Amino acid sequence: MQVHIKYFASIREALGQGGETVDTEARTLGQLRDVLVARGGPGAQALARERVLRMALDQQLAEEDALLRPGCEVAFFPPVTGG
Amino acid sequence: MVVRPLSDASPRVRVQHGLFDVAQEVAALQAQDPRIGAICTFLGTVRDRNAPGAVGSVQTLELEHYPGMTEKSIEAMIDEAHRRFDIVGARVVHRIGVMHPTEPVVLVAVASAHRGQSFQACEFVMDYLKTQAPFWKKEQTAQGSQWVDARVSDDAALARWGIHKPNA
Repeated sequence: MQVHIKYFASIREALGQGGETVDTEARTLGQLRDVLVARGGPGAQALARERVLRMALDQQLAEEDALLRPGCEVAFFPPVTGG
Repeated sequence: MVVRPLSDASPRVRVQHGLFDVAQEVAALQAQDPRIGAICTFLGTVRDRNAPGAVGSVQTLELEHYPGMTEKSIEAMIDEAHRRFDIVGARVVHRIGVMHPTEPVVLVAVASAHRGQSFQACEFVMDYLKTQAPFWKKEQTAQGSQWVDARVSDDAALARWGIHKPNA
């Protein structure tokens, strides 16, 4: 299925892009993260399992087990620091 | 930078580059409902240094956000504040982009009939926003720029309200 991914802050900088659309067989957010890490390149480090990062699915904070849907919007970003 | 006047339909959550005027925001909140007898505001401003003992002072602070999700998440926080506290209204203004020390960053204003509920709800919304709203800060000093680290103490502040959603 097609999934729209957004990256923010330090992760956006590390990947050199604010987002991308991918075709994936991943079913969950966690699986998608693993797929992106497995591609290698800057994403391997920026999204690595040992990094603390937060995720959103369709603009709501979500956990690794959240189920992806065709056309959904996913985001990966570091811990938030607003306020 | 010019502070623009508020329109009557000014929404309760705004994310904007420009400065805001606290008195104007409070007046707009006040005008919503004659039951209001107390308005508590929190104003966050740009410090010239972040970590205690940090080397070099902050020249500029840059804030990035997730357009759409940021606004929705703060709306949900205000809804939750309405469920938990006896408040009449609330508004949040948060700036993004490049700003300088002493400038305002965020305003949370909450109105209630009496002061107790708005004091609490104001702190609640701010604790929630600090750890769950998608904003990121980057500091520029003479030594270069770096992303600001999230604080565990902010997670603890939210946990006091019975919400366990670790960020840092």
